[in-house]
Amino acid sequence: MNKHRNNATILSILAMGLGQLYNRQFIKGIIFLLFEAVSGYYFINNLGRTFWGIFTLGEVPRRLIKGKWVDGDDSIVILVTSLITLIFLAIFIIAYVMNVKDARNVGADRDQGKKVKNFRESVRYVLDYKFAQAFLTIPAIGILFFTVMPIIFMVMLAFTNYSAPKHIPPAMLVDWVGFDTFKNLVALKTWSHTFYGVLTWTIIWAVLSTVTTYFGGMLVALLINQKGIKFKGLWRTILILPYAIPQMISLLVMRNMFNGQFGPINQYLEYFGLDGLPWLTDPFWAKVTVIVVNMWVGIPVSMLLIMGVLTTIPKDLYEAAEVDGATGFQKFRIITLPMILFTTAPILITQFAGNINNFNAIFLLTNGNPVNGDYQYAGSTDLLVTWLYKLTLDQRKYNMASAVGIIIFLIIASLSIYSYRRTKSFKEEDMIQ
Amino acid sequence: MSARKIGNAVRLTSSYIVLVILAICALYPALWVILGSLRPGRALYSKSLFPEALTFEHYRELFTSHTILFGQWYMNTLKVSIFSTILGVFLTLLTSYAFSRFRFRGRKNGLSVLLVLGMFPGFMSMVAIFLLLLSMNMLDSHWALVIVYAAGAPIGGTFIAKGFLDTIPRSLDEAARIDGASNFTVFWKIILPLSKPMLTYIGLTQFVGPWVDFIFARLVLRSKENWTVAVGMWDLVNTNTNSNFTLFAAGAVLIAVPITILFMFLQRLLVDGLTSGASKG
Repeated sequence: MNKHRNNATILSILAMGLGQLYNRQFIKGIIFLLFEAVSGYYFINNLGRTFWGIFTLGEVPRRLIKGKWVDGDDSIVILVTSLITLIFLAIFIIAYVMNVKDARNVGADRDQGKKVKNFRESVRYVLDYKFAQAFLTIPAIGILFFTVMPIIFMVMLAFTNYSAPKHIPPAMLVDWVGFDTFKNLVALKTWSHTFYGVLTWTIIWAVLSTVTTYFGGMLVALLINQKGIKFKGLWRTILILPYAIPQMISLLVMRNMFNGQFGPINQYLEYFGLDGLPWLTDPFWAKVTVIVVNMWVGIPVSMLLIMGVLTTIPKDLYEAAEVDGATGFQKFRIITLPMILFTTAPILITQFAGNINNFNAIFLLTNGNPVNGDYQYAGSTDLLVTWLYKLTLDQRKYNMASAVGIIIFLIIASLSIYSYRRTKSFKEEDMIQ
Repeated sequence: MSARKIGNAVRLTSSYIVLVILAICALYPALWVILGSLRPGRALYSKSLFPEALTFEHYRELFTSHTILFGQWYMNTLKVSIFSTILGVFLTLLTSYAFSRFRFRGRKNGLSVLLVLGMFPGFMSMVAIFLLLLSMNMLDSHWALVIVYAAGAPIGGTFIAKGFLDTIPRSLDEAARIDGASNFTVFWKIILPLSKPMLTYIGLTQFVGPWVDFIFARLVLRSKENWTVAVGMWDLVNTNTNSNFTLFAAGAVLIAVPITILFMFLQRLLVDGLTSGASKG
């Protein structure tokens, strides 16, 4: 009874497309066969070297032969190409499994006497019923190669000893070292001191910058929204300006304004008879500066958000409170504040996560400086991300950078997933319809 | 006058004073850099905010200098921006349409994966992308930038776009389907026209990217004539800020003005975009 189904399954396991040919789906079968031929050719040429590469990361360093340097294996190139081949292999295996399933299903249909779809009908079927999956393949391929592959690569690096000065290809080889990098980061004095110091400042920064911009934005929003204030639109437009200027420009401009020697800020302070402050060169004042400048950049967004929330609070709540004789402050505390907090809580968490990763604010303004002599390649205002940047692009301590990156990721991911799972757009999305 | 009225007047006056101070804080840096770009000489230091003489010399220099190919960089950036916007918006829309309108196996996990991927520090993946581009022989090419920017677009934009698409009533699609429309027809004739505000938002954020990315672009674009403005400005700042401040200011104005105007015009959309993904907890 299951003759066609079993035959088609076995044939398609033997080679992609045979089952389809057996089911008289000739165009589909030929396409599958061609796909297998091309893939097979590719894998025969590459697969052996891939497995060798991923296990050994290369065996021959650059060496001197008859007075000439001869290139050996470049571990990192080997790692990347192996990774790419493995991704292709994964795609191929998925395609193969789908091919077997397809042949089996069509065979089963034939056993039951159903008509087999011709090629045009198959395409039509996919577009009508498997539309989302078919549609998603295009972005998925892009994401696979430009996001997922690099991330896997980065995670792998954390388990190697890829770092200057001893393990930089192509001159030298890189090896797998297991969890040594992580151990060094948290336990080896030179690294752990920097790590905990930078981590502490990152958290202080994230809390302070989120709180200051959020409540600053709320104050400004309430200020503009007061009864009796004229030209509300004008005030809003002026105060939104810092948000509209690209950060790369505004922060670089700020760096010049806070310049201790020539900048206008100190110039004004001196004009009023005060001493200028070392805004960017003293560890403490540099921290103050980044927080203040970040308020300038961040308050407008919070202001916009909270102004949006304010318009949604029902007026009758306030009227009822007035009837009960509530003062202005009481109205704020009992009605306005809870409503704002309730509505913007998910955004608050997102902003907190964003601030942990706020590369621009630090990098463009202070570049992590002033230099801290106790730290490994980090300055007093460096966040984990900017430290990571220095470790990668300046110091080429790739393995350490990857370990730091994984830790940042774990912090941010847990925060964001927590907040996102609580939002309506995830939970009850079918309720809106 | 009653005590209440006086209290009110005091409240309003002090509010206006605070608002004026805030407005000065908001406007001052922009004003300072614009005036700085018109100041003769090269120095950061100036005796007063308003220069004694105004000059357009620095703007002219940006376009005529042999070391600063600003005009060329501007066109490069425009090219990268436009193409990566078109491609990126298209990919984002595909992804969010699929996630918003179809129910399929692995959908929720797919969304979570997308969310998680967006949380890796971007330049961590730069080394790998760099090696990938190197092996594809695509370094120093604008198309490499376009592809990488566009491929990354769905990761940031899908949630916002999906949040927006969720608000378009599904009864519209169903009505069209009953009339025999295919999935493509529904997409082109119903979803696309209704999602214009969202498209503008995603497009704008995507468009701005190349103008401000000085890290990845600097890694990929090797030769000076291929640089984008962000790379050029970063180079200018890093090599000699104090001695060349006015030139930097002029460049900054030229980059910031168009983007700022775009943002100001679209500020309402920005708020919608910011909130539609997340709010209504």
